[in-house]
Amino acid sequence: MASAIEVRGLVKQYGDLAAVAGIGFDVPAGTVFAFLGPNGAGKTTTVEILEGLRRRTDGSVTVLGMDPWINGAALHRRIGVIPQDFHFFDKITPKEAIEYYGVLFGTDVSPGDLLARVELLDKTNARFDTLSGGQKQKLGLALSLANNPEVCFLDEPTTGLDPHARRAIWSVIRSLRKEGRTVFLTTHYLEEAQLLADQVAIIHRGKIIASGTPDEIIRTQGRPARLRVKAPIELVGILQKQLGAEARFQDGHVEVELRDKRDALRVLSAIERSGVTWDSFTTQDDTLEDVFVRLVGQMDDGALKSEAPP
Amino acid sequence: MKPSRIGADFKVVFRSYSRNPVALFFSLIFPIILIGLFGLIFSSIGSTSTTLIVLNEDHNSVLSVKFLAALNDTKIVTVQTENVAPSDFAAWLGQNGYSAGMIVPTGFETNSTENITTNLSLYLNPQDSATEGEVLGAVQGVAASFNLEAKCAHLTNCTPEIGLAPLHNVGSQTYSYIDYLIPGLIGFSILTSPMFSLVDVSSSYRKEGIFRQLSLTPLTRAEWLTARVVWYILLCFAAAGIMIGMGVYVFHAHVTLTLGMIPFLVVGPFFFVSLGMLCGTVSKTPEAAALIGNIVTFPMMFLSGTFFQVSSFPPDLAAVAHVLPLYYVIDGLNQVMLFQNEGRAFGDLIVVLVASVIVFTLAVRLFQWRDER
Repeated sequence: MASAIEVRGLVKQYGDLAAVAGIGFDVPAGTVFAFLGPNGAGKTTTVEILEGLRRRTDGSVTVLGMDPWINGAALHRRIGVIPQDFHFFDKITPKEAIEYYGVLFGTDVSPGDLLARVELLDKTNARFDTLSGGQKQKLGLALSLANNPEVCFLDEPTTGLDPHARRAIWSVIRSLRKEGRTVFLTTHYLEEAQLLADQVAIIHRGKIIASGTPDEIIRTQGRPARLRVKAPIELVGILQKQLGAEARFQDGHVEVELRDKRDALRVLSAIERSGVTWDSFTTQDDTLEDVFVRLVGQMDDGALKSEAPP
Repeated sequence: MKPSRIGADFKVVFRSYSRNPVALFFSLIFPIILIGLFGLIFSSIGSTSTTLIVLNEDHNSVLSVKFLAALNDTKIVTVQTENVAPSDFAAWLGQNGYSAGMIVPTGFETNSTENITTNLSLYLNPQDSATEGEVLGAVQGVAASFNLEAKCAHLTNCTPEIGLAPLHNVGSQTYSYIDYLIPGLIGFSILTSPMFSLVDVSSSYRKEGIFRQLSLTPLTRAEWLTARVVWYILLCFAAAGIMIGMGVYVFHAHVTLTLGMIPFLVVGPFFFVSLGMLCGTVSKTPEAAALIGNIVTFPMMFLSGTFFQVSSFPPDLAAVAHVLPLYYVIDGLNQVMLFQNEGRAFGDLIVVLVASVIVFTLAVRLFQWRDER
């Protein structure tokens, strides 16, 4: 699959501070790529460089085969962007905003269709300053589609939105992927990335610390599955002695690491045999969020220093 | 530059403005309030005569009546005769709120025929220097005219008709304050609407990311700025129409509606839109932009002849006024609306036009959609 976005050795320096410190990745055309990282990690700087809004210090970047800084005007006709915390003219309605973009881009765009797509049809004639945060973001999304873009850059499009508005935007992102458009998504919500993204990259302190599909990242960077049993602390010693298992007591629960799925039966049998009174149990896998928190935490503690391969 | 994009952006400006009551108030209503207030306060300046209370002790002699009639004819003073004891005259004037009085002494007519000088006694209020000057000038002028006529009566080669015509006004004395106020307030409108708006817009749009958003569209910076220039030109035409209408119909101002006004109503907003944009662009925050905007705007508002004639300023202040672009806009409007002096107006226009081109170019060059760092 051809790449819509190619980044090699990207560096952005602000004086002595390296906001982006030599990162690289490819985004195949027609996929959803989630770019994750804590605040100040370098996400927005990277996405602004990709959009042609910020000049890079070093490295190479191509979007749809063009250098975004040099060919910004041509590129902007083929990409759509929702910036973080989207703002527009206060007194303009969504319908007027889309018509305005239609004239600017010279595209024959139907405000009704676009607003229906982002579930904002009921606010067609409401002024921007009367819209809620979620409705403003939906208008931003609609405007980013006004020029029928091949690549959509969505910079934290669901931050601060209620679950309903967030799901409406997820639905549009899924439909964009179905239409064969490429989506570059930055987000704080790991659940969002896990649900929507084909590929994920985690950036921290200007470096990519993990990348791949969400499953690959969880498999390679996550901890083994765990069995949690509501039981007294003496069960920890029993299981360590009988099974040689990694077990610990936390929040009134005994947590045992599992080597594989069948291991759960062996642990449950051992618990039953121990004669200890126990209550409910659950099994747990790491989520992308668990991996993210652990990786970022390790890096902050100085344990993880090298950049993971793209 | 693509007209369709300028048109689309113009629509956005028009809608934003027409739906913003605060902006409309300051652009169209505030000048009306100003002209109303200033008109009511100052409309009498230079347009009505001063009452001169006269105590005629010459028992209404033919010469004294003729002299007072000549004074009345000057239109500078309105003669009002009263019967008051001469010793109480000064106090009476003060108690009754009059600033000017005159006693025509006994023997005014007989002294004249015997070629003896008669001294008129004038009572003036030194704290009311404008009235003092007017009354003194009128009385001296009429007296000189009578003296000349009296001398001519004894000369064979003198023309006896010289004489009792009213004093002629010169220069600005034919215009009232309200006449000057209208071009001044049109200049005020040309200055304030674009300046305050563009300073605010250019800094707040940058902070809110709206410029960043627009930079991702084919709209160019010059197109964006042009749409605003066109809007403020139209707004200034509307404001000028309202102010002229109100000045003429409510305060009976004497201004000439002439095509010569149009270049100033076009180039003025062009300059101040660009200057507002420049002030907003060089400021890092909206607060700094507001400060810079005010530092630039307020001195210009008061020192360019908006509310008071620059000719009445002290020389140093007048010199400062001559480096302010608004001075040339207001002076140009004065020249075409009051004096029909197109030659001087053309000079003013050239100054504003050259300044506009420089500031527009600077604004477009310094104003960046995207972060160049």
